[in-house]
Amino acid sequence: MGQELLSQLSEALKSVIGYIYPNEIELHWGLLIVLYPYITGLVAGAFILASLERVFKVKEIQPTYRLSLLTALAFLLVAPLPLLAHLGHPERAFEIFLTPHLQSAMAMFGFVYVWYLSVVLLLEIWFDYRGDMVVWSAPGRGWRRVLYSIFTLGVRSTSQEALRFDERAGRFITIIGIPSAFLLHGYVGFIFGSVKANPWWSSVLMPVVFLFSAIVSGIALVMVIYMVSSWTRRHPIDMRCLDKLGQFLFYTLVLDVSLELLDFVHRLYEAEESIDILGQMIQSRLFVPLVVVQLLLGTVVPLISLGLLQGFRPRDAIRKSLYFASGILLLVAIFFMRWNVVIGGQLFSKSLRGLTTYKIGIAGIEGAGTAALLAVLPFIILLVLIKLLPPWPKREGQDILGPK
Amino acid sequence: MRRREFLKNLASVGPAIGLLAAGSKLNGYLYAAETEKQAQSVRLYGMGIDVDVCIGCGRCAVACKKENHVPQDPFFYRTWVERYVFSVDGELRVDSPNGGAEAFPPSGVPEKEKMKAYYVPKLCNQCSKPPCVQVCPVGATFQTKDGVVLIDPDYCIGCRYCIQACPYGARYLHPQRRVADKCTFCYHRIVRNMKPACVEVCPTSARIFGEPRKSNTPLWEFMRKHRLQVLKPNLRTEPKVYYNGIDSEVR
Amino acid sequence: MPAQVRRLIVLFAVAVAGFLIVRHFLLPESFGLHGHYRAKAVDLAASQAFEYAGHLACPECHEEVAALKSPSKHAEVACEACHGPSMSHVSDPAQNKPELPRARDRCGLCHYYEASRPAGFPQVDPARHGARAECVTCHNPHSPEMVQ
Repeated sequence: MGQELLSQLSEALKSVIGYIYPNEIELHWGLLIVLYPYITGLVAGAFILASLERVFKVKEIQPTYRLSLLTALAFLLVAPLPLLAHLGHPERAFEIFLTPHLQSAMAMFGFVYVWYLSVVLLLEIWFDYRGDMVVWSAPGRGWRRVLYSIFTLGVRSTSQEALRFDERAGRFITIIGIPSAFLLHGYVGFIFGSVKANPWWSSVLMPVVFLFSAIVSGIALVMVIYMVSSWTRRHPIDMRCLDKLGQFLFYTLVLDVSLELLDFVHRLYEAEESIDILGQMIQSRLFVPLVVVQLLLGTVVPLISLGLLQGFRPRDAIRKSLYFASGILLLVAIFFMRWNVVIGGQLFSKSLRGLTTYKIGIAGIEGAGTAALLAVLPFIILLVLIKLLPPWPKREGQDILGPK
Repeated sequence: MRRREFLKNLASVGPAIGLLAAGSKLNGYLYAAETEKQAQSVRLYGMGIDVDVCIGCGRCAVACKKENHVPQDPFFYRTWVERYVFSVDGELRVDSPNGGAEAFPPSGVPEKEKMKAYYVPKLCNQCSKPPCVQVCPVGATFQTKDGVVLIDPDYCIGCRYCIQACPYGARYLHPQRRVADKCTFCYHRIVRNMKPACVEVCPTSARIFGEPRKSNTPLWEFMRKHRLQVLKPNLRTEPKVYYNGIDSEVR
Repeated sequence: MPAQVRRLIVLFAVAVAGFLIVRHFLLPESFGLHGHYRAKAVDLAASQAFEYAGHLACPECHEEVAALKSPSKHAEVACEACHGPSMSHVSDPAQNKPELPRARDRCGLCHYYEASRPAGFPQVDPARHGARAECVTCHNPHSPEMVQ
């Protein structure tokens, strides 16, 4: 394993342009660290979407409410895995909970993750599903009875009062959940934005840009999952819901683009000492991921297609295709936005005199294989969650208890 | 009524004091290193680098690797030497082949076109306000009372945030131990009044080790005699490695 | 208090208590004594073994060489700069011998002409100086200005 690293580094050394500090030949935060903010971004974004319905009473997107929550949970469960895989000593990871260094943004991970998982997401899901779980745990349903009984935590009342409390508590949790979601993903942006040593990362806008692109990716994800699950269930897509999702997606995208444009213009205008090497980097190493994929394919194209759909209303089939395509493009774009930030920040030397390369391996714990596995895993978990906690209203004959 | 009010207020002082005590314990936890430093006037180490006399032989880079068992591969360095070659036409070429460990081959700039050139030894600057210590999530890297930034290899989780946060490229990840590593000013030597290995073997005394605040020592004389620069002063890391004879071009 | 809140409070209290108990056992002993780190780590760093013995070690046994070297041009050049780390030699002089570099290129590390070296530093053109013989043929490394 050590040998592979050494030969990788030898290769990389040959592709260096200009001068880099000798220690910079090893790129430290690779694909796995690109994946982590992407995943927590999806979590935050999906949750914000759910909160739009719950707190801001956007009724049209109700069909996606529970789906958003389950999606957020599935991805949140996977989120620590790329970090664990990346650590030099994953068996010491618990030290973040033991002795968090409060001056470090990264130390926030322990608190924020546990807070968000337990107090926000799990609690909200619990309050929303508790009534249903009581019903599903009724006698005569085998092992499910035991499982759902446990999930209800023994609180079995389905009185109007209890259900009303569930509703109010859920709403309260969602309200707390919104700034918590901001924190969950914002702190990651701050991890990068507060590194004064790195002019590509160091920016006040970094946490904000991360957050808004997270919301874009979250909405896009829920939209795509909603469409795919409707197709697999042979359930008609609620076009009012889809149009509303598309609308939110469009306006969030506009906000996100404005922020990134602001950062870009500001950088170009101030033109401080790092501008030359950064410009070189964008024109060479980052040209395809940034200009072609993130900007053109991932931003301009969805902006146009979603924007057109705000003004024009072609028939359902066309709208569905456009929404689906835009959703996929945006998911790819936001992944590349993370890539361009994380990898981009390491492709140029802190001496401001050179550029290096990053080659992803296929095998090995930091390779594309692991990343692909970690990308697929949340969907598998989501399938399990959907089976256990169906997020759609049952067919006629069976109604569900629970806040609506 | 007033007496009752007064007593009630007194009663709330207790928990307030408790909170304050807890808070100051937290504070003590957070800032113990700084208050320790102020409390004891212990040694404070620093290093001077006289670029005017550095000949780029690379003995320092070699000695450091041997003293501290740094992997010999050309990807990991606790210290290295850079060469700056200025051409007449305004071009600047910087290089550091294998960190300078085998000295330097010809720069490729013809003699006639060379305006000036010099070598710059680099190492951890042992900053007084180290950004690497700030970002460590678990407390595996820290600053000692005598001003040296150390790494705890048994506690480091290998997240590499410190490596990202160092503006000088001084840190690397040890390929076998999978923890962060960097120059320690040869802490094990200096606490026994020996010199760091790089200082020991420098044939021209380009590296001067000592205590910047202790008058009438070689380092003090060096600092008194020369106009000094530190690297990237705008980042306010307050490095304790002081250079004589570099241009503003040196990053 | 609604049943939900009661149940949740109990659960959280148990979780927090559990965490604090586990933390008590896992927290390293010396952590926090001097700052946010294990105080033991300072001792660990300070106890690293030496590879280089330092320039004061050699004259203790090698008096003659030291006497030859100290008025010479190489007075400030540490013995170990050329002979390499010699702590093991100090520990067991008979068993462990330091390097005795004789190759031309070893002297050349400092003395071959390289344009970036400061003016005035003694340098030679390797192609023209010494006809590819070992430098030590003419120069005593401990008193290099003497030329045979």
